[in-house]
Amino acid sequence: MQVFYYLIFPGFLFAAVAGLLTTWFDRKVTARVHYRVGPPWFQSFADFFKLMGKEVILPENAKKTGFLLAPIVALAASVLVATILGLSNWSYDNGFVGDIIVFWYFLAVPSIMIILGAGAAGSPLSAVGSSREMKLLLGYEVPFVIVITMIIFKAGSLSLGGILEYQLAHGPILYSLSGVIAFIVALLCVQAKLGLVPFDAPEAETELGGGAFYDYSGAALAGFKLSKAILFYSLPIFLITLFWGGVRIDGGIGILWALLKYILIVALITVIRNTNPRLRIDQAVKFFWGWMTILSVIAFILSVNGL
Amino acid sequence: MGLKTAALKKSIWVFHVACSPCNNCDIEILDLLTPRFDVERFGITLVGSPRHADALLITGVANRHVTPRLIQTYRATAKPCVCFLFGACSSYGNFFRGSYNVPRRIDEIIREEDPNAIILYIPGCPPKPEAMIAGVVKALSIL
Ligand code: SF4
Repeated sequence: MQVFYYLIFPGFLFAAVAGLLTTWFDRKVTARVHYRVGPPWFQSFADFFKLMGKEVILPENAKKTGFLLAPIVALAASVLVATILGLSNWSYDNGFVGDIIVFWYFLAVPSIMIILGAGAAGSPLSAVGSSREMKLLLGYEVPFVIVITMIIFKAGSLSLGGILEYQLAHGPILYSLSGVIAFIVALLCVQAKLGLVPFDAPEAETELGGGAFYDYSGAALAGFKLSKAILFYSLPIFLITLFWGGVRIDGGIGILWALLKYILIVALITVIRNTNPRLRIDQAVKFFWGWMTILSVIAFILSVNGL
Repeated sequence: MGLKTAALKKSIWVFHVACSPCNNCDIEILDLLTPRFDVERFGITLVGSPRHADALLITGVANRHVTPRLIQTYRATAKPCVCFLFGACSSYGNFFRGSYNVPRRIDEIIREEDPNAIILYIPGCPPKPEAMIAGVVKALSIL
C-alpha cells in the first residue's frame, strides 16, 4: 500500500500530472496577461517527454556522480512532499506527530539538491546560480519557519492532520488578522521556493542563461523540471492546508471549492510573477530578512494575543 | 513516428547563435519572440543555454573568429538538434560570399563537425517573422 501511495496516488503519477497541468496553467495565464494565445494544454507534457528523449551531456569538469544524483534526489524528495501532503488531506489521522517538521525538511531538499548539482557542474554560470540559490534559501527560510511556528502554536498541534482538525473546529486560520499577514509572507516564500519571478535570480535566464540549470540537459534537466512542477502543485496545496482548511474531498461541492481555492492561489502566484521585475539577490535577501521577517514576527505576536 | 519525435516537434526550445550578422536578422528574431507573433503557441521557447536547446537559430556569416565558437556551441547542444540558418547570410553567404574573411559557409562548417546534422534554411534579407514561422512550421512537418 505504501508503494501505491508513493508511486500512484497521491504520489508520483498523480502529482506529476497535476504539477505539469499546473505549470501549463501558469504559462497560459501568463500568455493571457501578455495578450497572446499561449501554449496548448499538453505543452508541459511535450516538454517533459522531449527532454527524456534527449542526450544527457556530462560537462568535462563535472563531478559526475553528484551532478547526476542531484535531480533524482530532488525528484524523490518532492514526490515525498506531495505524498505526505496528499495523505494528510485525505484522512486527518494519516499523519504522525511532527510530520510538519519532516515535511519542512523535505521541502528544503530540492533546493539543496539544486545547490549541490549546480555546484558539481563545474562551470562558472552554474556556480553563480548555485551560490544565489543558497543565499535565497537562507533568506526565505527565516520568515517561513516563523510562519510555520505561528501556525503550530495557534493550532496547538505538530502534525498536518492536527492543524486541519483545528481549522475544521475553529474556522480557517486565514480568516484572522494574523492569518492574513502570515499568508502574505508564506505566499512570497512559496514564490521564492518555486524560483519564480521576482525571486528567480538563481536561474535568471537572461543573465546567467539558466543559472543553476545551465549545464543540465536531457533527462537530468527533465528530473529537475518535474520536481519543480510537483512542487508547483504541492506548495499551493500546502498553503491551503496551513491557512484555508485544506482540501476536503467529500461530495461534489467540496471538490469544487477545493479546486477553486487551488486555482485562486496558483493564479495569485502567476500574477505576482507577471507584474514584478526580478530582484537582485541582495535585494531579495534583504526583503526576506527585513520586511518579511518583521511581518511574520508581527503575525506571531498577534496570534499569541489571539487575533 | 515515436513519442520522442512527436514530443520534440511540439516543443522546440531555441537558442540564438549570432555569428556576426548585420544585426537585422537578430532584430527580426527578437520581433518573432514578442507577444504579437506568440510562438509559444507552437511550443517554441527561447532558452539561455545551448544545453537546453533543440534548435539553434544561426544568423550571419561565420568568419574566422566565430567559426570555433560556432563549433563549440554545436557540440554543447544536446542531440538531437536542428539548425535553422536564418537569413541569406547564414544560408549561402549573401553578398559576403567570397569575401576575404568568410572562408566557408555555415552549413559546411556544421556538416564537417557532424555529417548527419539536420540543417534547414530560411532565406531572406532579413526574413520576416511570418516567413520564419512558416519556415519553422513547414520544416517541422517534414521532420
Ligand atoms: S541576411 Fe541580411 S539582414 Fe540578415 S544578417 Fe545577413 S545581411 Fe543582415
